[in-house]
Amino acid sequence: MAVGDLSFELGNGEVLALIGPNGAGKTTVFNCLSGFLPPDEGEIYLEDRQLGGLQPFQICQRGMARTFQIVKPFLTISVLDNVMVGALSREKSTVTARTKSLEIIDFAGLSAWTYKEAQGLPLPLRKRLELARALATRPKVLLLDEVMAGLNPTEVDELIVLLKEVNRQGVSIFLIEHVMRGVMALSKRVIVINYGVKIAEGSPEEVVKDKQVIEAYLGKEFLSAQG
Amino acid sequence: MDSDLALQLIIQGILLGGIYGLIALGLSLIFGVMGVINFAHGQMMVMAMYVSYWIFVLLGLDPYLSLVIVAAVIFVLGYLIQATVVNRILDYPEAMQVLPLVSMGLILENFALLLWGPDYRSPQTALGLETLWVGPVMIDVSRLIAFVLAILITVFIFIFLKKSNIGKCIRAASDNRTGAILVGINVNRIYNTSFALGAATTAAAGVLLLPLMPLSPHLGHDFTLTAFIVVILGGMGNLLGALVGGLILGVAESVSTLFLPATLKHAVSFSILIIIMLFRPQGLLGGKK
Amino acid sequence: MKRLYLLLAAVFVILILLPLFLDNYALGIFVMIFFWAYVGQSWNVLTGYTGHISLGHALYIGIGAYATTFLAQTFGLTPWVGMFLGGVIAVAIALFLGFLGFRFGLRGVYFVIMTIAFAELTRLAVSHIEALGSFTGIFLDFNPSFYNFQFRGNIPYYYIALGYVVASLIAVRVLEVSKVGRFIVAIREDEEAAQALGVNTFKYNMIAIAISAFMTSLAGAFYANYIFYLHPNSLFGMSMSIELILRPIVGGLGTLFGPIIGSIILTPLSEISRAYFAKGGLEGLHLILYGVVAILVVLFMPKGIIVYVKRALNPIIKFSKET
Repeated sequence: MAVGDLSFELGNGEVLALIGPNGAGKTTVFNCLSGFLPPDEGEIYLEDRQLGGLQPFQICQRGMARTFQIVKPFLTISVLDNVMVGALSREKSTVTARTKSLEIIDFAGLSAWTYKEAQGLPLPLRKRLELARALATRPKVLLLDEVMAGLNPTEVDELIVLLKEVNRQGVSIFLIEHVMRGVMALSKRVIVINYGVKIAEGSPEEVVKDKQVIEAYLGKEFLSAQG
Repeated sequence: MDSDLALQLIIQGILLGGIYGLIALGLSLIFGVMGVINFAHGQMMVMAMYVSYWIFVLLGLDPYLSLVIVAAVIFVLGYLIQATVVNRILDYPEAMQVLPLVSMGLILENFALLLWGPDYRSPQTALGLETLWVGPVMIDVSRLIAFVLAILITVFIFIFLKKSNIGKCIRAASDNRTGAILVGINVNRIYNTSFALGAATTAAAGVLLLPLMPLSPHLGHDFTLTAFIVVILGGMGNLLGALVGGLILGVAESVSTLFLPATLKHAVSFSILIIIMLFRPQGLLGGKK
Repeated sequence: MKRLYLLLAAVFVILILLPLFLDNYALGIFVMIFFWAYVGQSWNVLTGYTGHISLGHALYIGIGAYATTFLAQTFGLTPWVGMFLGGVIAVAIALFLGFLGFRFGLRGVYFVIMTIAFAELTRLAVSHIEALGSFTGIFLDFNPSFYNFQFRGNIPYYYIALGYVVASLIAVRVLEVSKVGRFIVAIREDEEAAQALGVNTFKYNMIAIAISAFMTSLAGAFYANYIFYLHPNSLFGMSMSIELILRPIVGGLGTLFGPIIGSIILTPLSEISRAYFAKGGLEGLHLILYGVVAILVVLFMPKGIIVYVKRALNPIIKFSKET
């Protein structure tokens, strides 16, 4: 069993982080929430509406969007065409979808690559594209799966600024992250899981001091993020 | 329903099924090792049948005796095809893999057409028309021999793959390509050999079929499809499954003639195919992937 | 972009005037170029744009041909109307195939084989139906008239076939820039990611296969009234299915002009070599040539010939990346 007996709440406008050692079951949680893996037991609610048993596309339409740990750009089409796919889930016409997409591309700092094929983009930009696409679906809740992995510190800082703005605009964020700098800077609360079970919950500062968490893995990572 | 007739049909089906299994074995081997769907499979078999036919007509050598030679010839053909064409398309997306192999089949088929014309040929082999009776059941001797040889060859291939060095290399390469390279296995050569072996296996099946049916250049396509059905029925890449699938399909097709005209035999095969793909796509012997 | 339209317009005008200068035989080659370009384009919608490989598309040509012929011979219905009824049947069968395939998650090779199985089953079925000519096939009577979709000489067929191609170009172009078109391309690129972005992939897969089947079946009506002979093996058989995928793949899979370019290159090659070799008693050599060309193109120009055509035309027409 990958994840057993996990319960939590994400407040409106909140940023919640999910951390834990590799193999702890974090992506499984995401897959359950986003409809890619139906949970054997338990319920998922978005603003009082049941999400359990829905297909991924329906969950996205209800307002919960996700990104993937290993980014999945639509490689042979342009950045604009990529984002438009997300936008068209919301917009009625191609024209308004295009306008919205250009706005989001601008917001994500991808303007210079608007008409370039996605497969020409380096990883940090692909991550932004993944984010931009998800934002185009105008989510209420954004699930970010290790969106900072593989980025250098400058890129991480830029992404933090971006995500803070996204949250400021009213999007609640639930993120899986290993990059502690991002977790500390963004999240109001942190949940720690290990072997599929919650072992701690609280503010970042609280969690960081929790003995169980430090034992699980946090020690080295925390120190390197501080220094 | 005449139970004797039913028994007869079942036995005939089993006998033919053994050969089907052998054809499918080649296809499964190729797919299992390289992940390539050999759309030219049936046409390679037909090539083998022609080679065997001409050896018989020109040199008087009975197909069963020339089997090894024919298999060797087609082995070389398969090796060349893999080395020149298939090796280059291994990393292509599936759509682009389909076309070269389909084209290869087209080339082989029309090569045969060009050289030997569209007419049906039936070699009058020594045992071609012999039958024997086992109780109430009449068995074609050539079918029986074909079945026995098919099973023997199948077992031989199993043992070869399990025990021989090359066999182990083949299994390693199919399991984990990168790992195999790291361990020093010349993966390209293994791929060539696997494809060639698959071709040779099919060639053997073709030789065994030669006394049983009239030969024409256009037989290939039907047998490619039959091989596909058997492989999917038994499980892609599962060699034992190829044999089991072959036997089941052979019996199903044979018994269906009790209820349907013989020309609709393939409708039965295709229906089985669709049902298996929908409800057990990994095949009867395939594990859950 | 404007320059591209100008070029297309120029080509179109030339094509309209061409029959004044060509003899019947040459026009016949053009008819076949247009026919295969259209059929390739129709197949391209499912395989090139949506990414599901079909090796059984002959099924839809056969349905179109047999439906229009049956309706014409039994009820005297003009093929101009009959072809749309045939289209409805084709869509129904395609949706059935799609339902089985997409609902049960058949992808890649399994889907390919499913398409083959459907075509083969239909071939076998039609071969056993008396009313559809069974093993002998159906011969169409030659009663030339617009109503009957039959004409003397190649000129009318030329313009009709040209019409098919132009219509398909417009239809696919509209599709490309529409929501439907963008969603099916997303499915081809990454079906999971598309799902995560709110795309109902099952629905759009079904739409794609329906459009493709409908378009393909319309060509069947043309085929029937141009060739005047229907046989299950030629209409539902693998050779037809293989023939119709060659040009789009060689020209450029998933592109608007790929099937057309592919047809321009392969069709004359096929027609001329077939006639030439048949005279020398070398049957089948033209198919070998086909096979060799197809293999060479896939090995050395995997994106299709269109890449080189675009490069060659780039000085004149700046192909912008804008959609």
